[in-house]
Amino acid sequence: MANTGNTTGPLLRVSDVVMRFGGIIALNGVSFDVERGQICGLIGPNGSGKTTMFNCISGIYRHSRGDIVFEGQSLNGVPRHRMAGIGLGRTFQNVALFNTMSVRDNMLVGAHHRGNSGFFANALRLAAARRDEQEAVEGIDELLDLLDLRAVADVPAGGLPFGTRKRIELARALMGRPKLLLLDEPAGGLNHGEVGELGDLFRRVRDHFNLSILLVEHHMALVMSVSEKVVALEFGMKIAEGTPEQVRNEPEVIRAYLGDTADAHAA
Amino acid sequence: MSAQSNWLRPLALLLALAVIPVVFATGFQLFQLTMVAIYALSVLGKNLVSGYGGQVSLGQGAFFAVGAYTAAVLMDQYDWPYWATLPVAAITSGLVGLMLGLPALRLGGLYLALVTFALAISVPQLLKYKAFEAWTGGVQGIVINKPEPPFDLPLSADQWTYLFTLAVVAVFFFLARNLIDSRIGRSLKAIRDHALAAEAMGIELARYKTLVFGVGALFTGIGGALSAFAVAFVSPDSFSLALSLTLFVGMVIGGAATIQGAVYGAVFIVFAPNVSEAIFKGAPGAVYGIILILFMFFAPGGFASLVRRFGAKYLRRAKPA
Repeated sequence: MANTGNTTGPLLRVSDVVMRFGGIIALNGVSFDVERGQICGLIGPNGSGKTTMFNCISGIYRHSRGDIVFEGQSLNGVPRHRMAGIGLGRTFQNVALFNTMSVRDNMLVGAHHRGNSGFFANALRLAAARRDEQEAVEGIDELLDLLDLRAVADVPAGGLPFGTRKRIELARALMGRPKLLLLDEPAGGLNHGEVGELGDLFRRVRDHFNLSILLVEHHMALVMSVSEKVVALEFGMKIAEGTPEQVRNEPEVIRAYLGDTADAHAA
Repeated sequence: MSAQSNWLRPLALLLALAVIPVVFATGFQLFQLTMVAIYALSVLGKNLVSGYGGQVSLGQGAFFAVGAYTAAVLMDQYDWPYWATLPVAAITSGLVGLMLGLPALRLGGLYLALVTFALAISVPQLLKYKAFEAWTGGVQGIVINKPEPPFDLPLSADQWTYLFTLAVVAVFFFLARNLIDSRIGRSLKAIRDHALAAEAMGIELARYKTLVFGVGALFTGIGGALSAFAVAFVSPDSFSLALSLTLFVGMVIGGAATIQGAVYGAVFIVFAPNVSEAIFKGAPGAVYGIILILFMFFAPGGFASLVRRFGAKYLRRAKPA
């Protein structure tokens, strides 16, 4: 795919985004950048607007004001099914797999946007369809190994354990060769050991596929250990932005967020 | 499995299906087998829309009617040879399907069921409508000639009709298999399983939902045209709501979202009424109903799931690891 976007600025620029639901302002003028190759964590207490921000970026919601620019191209009004082709891959908070389909087929759907052959070409197995199929399976074995999914590759995704399902979702997103990977609470529902491995996995994925990650996460230890940059939200406003160190020491953040969870973690 | 044995088995099966009945079956048995092939194709069309595509359609019989009438009118009014009507029947039924695919975009589940239901009940009445009578023959329907074997082949009309039908149906099963085993098939299943996630993977929901309605309608429409040849007659009352429901039953009994299930479903459609009547002449409908319930109880995934389960058992026994 021709890369028409500019390659010098930040990969993702969120500027002054406002999102209203009726009379409620869920996001109130939020701005931040995600640089190329960066792992950026988006944190905040429940109801602070993290997931709303996430949904605005991936086109599920249409923000009321402001601009979200990806590689110099505005995402305003871009249909949801074009996001993958532009280079945005995502996972879902509650894991949204295609349950009746095998793990391998789930992953092949992730490669969908890389092909363009239609009903006719595929029914007749024309050259275009065969080429798409070849390109789709390219790299799938490597990913199955990387995410430890080889043993379940031909099993329907629906019946697998939660931790495995999360890895399948990540594998499916990576099949789309995204430039920015949006991860919605990847640690949610995982046990302690599994969360511990996530940080390494994200860095490995980032280095191997040369992408950026925007992470929405409750699990503070994970966010702080894996992110190079952290953006903190509260009541729809950005209250801090910087390195994990800077954000952790920001009085606003301590008051709004870390204080509560520090207690919760100690308990 | 080598590529060669992938080819050989279906080809051998097809040859057996072609030769054995032609040699051994009586005219009526051949007619029944012809109808099995026709229903298999029609159920397959339904299966593409509902089983794979996950869209409820109660009006699949309408596409069958459009295909059948397209073929019959062209043969009756314009003296077309039967085989030449097939591409036109494909186009007309496919177009009607595409048109119905448009409301399918906006209507989910139950409302789509209502719209397609409305189509199913209005089609027989439209076919009887006075203004169209010059073409459709009104309530009388249209009588056409059975296909005659070409090149003076030493075959009866029944035998030729069976072979011709089998060949056409086999081609469309082949196409459906290709389609399902491709990015298109995966996209359809993905939309059915989780539409939002499918969209995030780059699948354009509107396009796929509309197109699968058109393709499913095309398959069933070809089935309708073939039925016009086999029965040598079309009439509005053959395409009532009952036909749509029959195709629905065939899909579920055979196994939704399986290709071979369409064949099992078609066998059920053709033979279950006879079997029911043989079991208890007083109330064949009740027997039919009990068979349906038993099926749901013991094979909720349809007959195809039974075959798969026993097939797996047999394979494990055949090659002990």
